[in-house]
Amino acid sequence: MSNHPSTSGADNIYQPSLARIVRILPQIKDHRLFQLRFEAPEMRQSFTYRPGQFVELSLIGTGEAPISISSSPTRPEVIDLCVRKIGRVTEALFRLPLNSLVGLRGPYGNGFPLEEMEKNNLLVIAGGLGMAPLRSLLWYALDNRSKFKEIILMLGAKISEEMLFKYELLSLLDRTDMKCLLTVDKDEEGIWPAHVGVVTKLFDAVEVDPEITYAAVCGPPIMYKFVLGKLLERNFPKDKILMSLERRMKCGVGKCGHCSIGYKYTCIDGPIFTYWDVINLPEMI
Amino acid sequence: MQIVKLPKENLDKFMGSLSKFGEIHAPIKKDENTYLFSKIEDLSKIELNYNRTILPPKKYFLPPTETMFRFSPEKGYEPPQDNLNKKYVLLGLHSCDIHGLKILDLVFSGRYVDNYYFTRRKNTSIIGVSCVPDDMCFCRSMETDFVEDGFDLFLSDIDDSYLVRIATSLGDDIMRASQSLFKEVDKEDIAEYKRKSNERKNYFKIDLELYNLPEIMDLEYESKIWEEIGEKCLSCGTCSMVCPTCYCYDVFDELNLDGKTGERRRRWDSCLFKDYALVAGGLNFRSERSARVKNRYFHKQRGFVAQYGRPSCVGCGRCIQSCPAKIDIVEVMTKIRSASYE
Repeated sequence: MSNHPSTSGADNIYQPSLARIVRILPQIKDHRLFQLRFEAPEMRQSFTYRPGQFVELSLIGTGEAPISISSSPTRPEVIDLCVRKIGRVTEALFRLPLNSLVGLRGPYGNGFPLEEMEKNNLLVIAGGLGMAPLRSLLWYALDNRSKFKEIILMLGAKISEEMLFKYELLSLLDRTDMKCLLTVDKDEEGIWPAHVGVVTKLFDAVEVDPEITYAAVCGPPIMYKFVLGKLLERNFPKDKILMSLERRMKCGVGKCGHCSIGYKYTCIDGPIFTYWDVINLPEMI
Repeated sequence: MQIVKLPKENLDKFMGSLSKFGEIHAPIKKDENTYLFSKIEDLSKIELNYNRTILPPKKYFLPPTETMFRFSPEKGYEPPQDNLNKKYVLLGLHSCDIHGLKILDLVFSGRYVDNYYFTRRKNTSIIGVSCVPDDMCFCRSMETDFVEDGFDLFLSDIDDSYLVRIATSLGDDIMRASQSLFKEVDKEDIAEYKRKSNERKNYFKIDLELYNLPEIMDLEYESKIWEEIGEKCLSCGTCSMVCPTCYCYDVFDELNLDGKTGERRRRWDSCLFKDYALVAGGLNFRSERSARVKNRYFHKQRGFVAQYGRPSCVGCGRCIQSCPAKIDIVEVMTKIRSASYE
């Protein structure tokens, strides 16, 4: 047969490359930040990505799982994966000692539309594990500070013990070139140095022009409901609200079918979707 | 396109010449009215007058299960070095099945090219054959009742001969390897071909009208018809397995007894299986059978159209023939379309 695409042996899209776990930073209960470095030096250089993209993580003998990248491409060499112990692969990952080898392939997914977002305000809104993909965007924006207008982070957790990246984010409270709003639903001991209340209450502290602002939202379904309500109330255009969605992205390359939502694949059309995409696709959140 | 004629008395000799180009696989009869694509050792077993095979030819390019990698803690993941490069000749594909492969080509190409699939595609020559539709065929509705490319040779039956279309350089080589068996096409052959293909139109008994179907499906997204089919469907996934355009697969790692080495494999999957849309932590985006059935129909007739510009259905009739719950895609789509259905 003629005119089929080229298939040279090196181009196996499913080939994981070996990477070593160089650091494990415990976060909150059942969440750890794994720092990985490719074994092959050329991979360390050639592996570039956009905030919002994900990788397929392979554990030898256990299997593969999609994990969003938590580090920023502005800080190369090491890739951060913030993982919750929740399935077969992640449970096995938590059993691995430091310096273990794992497989990585990617990066996959569309990532955030950075070129469009630049020269706008950036409003990052996260809850629960939602900070995992958004941390990449936040650090990217802070490392390219001049490309963005105002940068505002709104992060909510039930209690301070459940806030991901707590100490790192608390250190942002002192920055004058961004607004860091961290809230906990409950603060029984009265020691939380920031806001108390649900994440939507933080909107009271923020004044932005929605026409020149991109909102990036990631969190549990219940949070979407209230946060989207607030954003629409403030007349945010539906295509300037960006959301990172989760599905079972098995192949990561738009073939295996598992992450389909309506007529999109989360792995290649997403995982970043606009709110306009979301209301036009059945069964999205 | 170059077209020549193969008199039927030369067919056996022609088929005999094919083994030079690869291992021959063609339809054989399994039982009364049951056919399958199989390796041919005895040319007399080849059955070119058949309605449909149980499994479509996708099994040659996306096998029901295959090894993607062998893994070990020392070497990581290594692709297997076996038979991807073996040459095959697939003889006797109907037009709908060639279209089915063309649809799979769309899925497995693009930005990310699946080398397992396309290495096999490249190493396999395709020889199509014309067919007579039965009461489950609706390829005409799906615009797959004729095919212009996607084959090396295509044999169209004109009673005592086949008209042979030569679509590729390889097809030309295959023809030339037994050139003396072929003749020039004359005026009578052309007349006979036209007569046959006009007559063929009348054989179709069922029709799935595509006109504005995506819009109608959007309008009927909440229709109770999905509940009704969900009640009947057994979630067995047979329709996916026999479908020439269903490509979903599952990936799993199999560990050897040493507990360290093993294989990463993939196997056919179906969106009708309950755990298909399950994510870590136990959240299932389609735990209801009706949601899974609806997703399948939407993917084929709505979603794929949006993604690739045509439905992922070729009207081969296999799902109608194989469904143990007697769910019939043409009936379902006709119901959806009918104004009186509430």
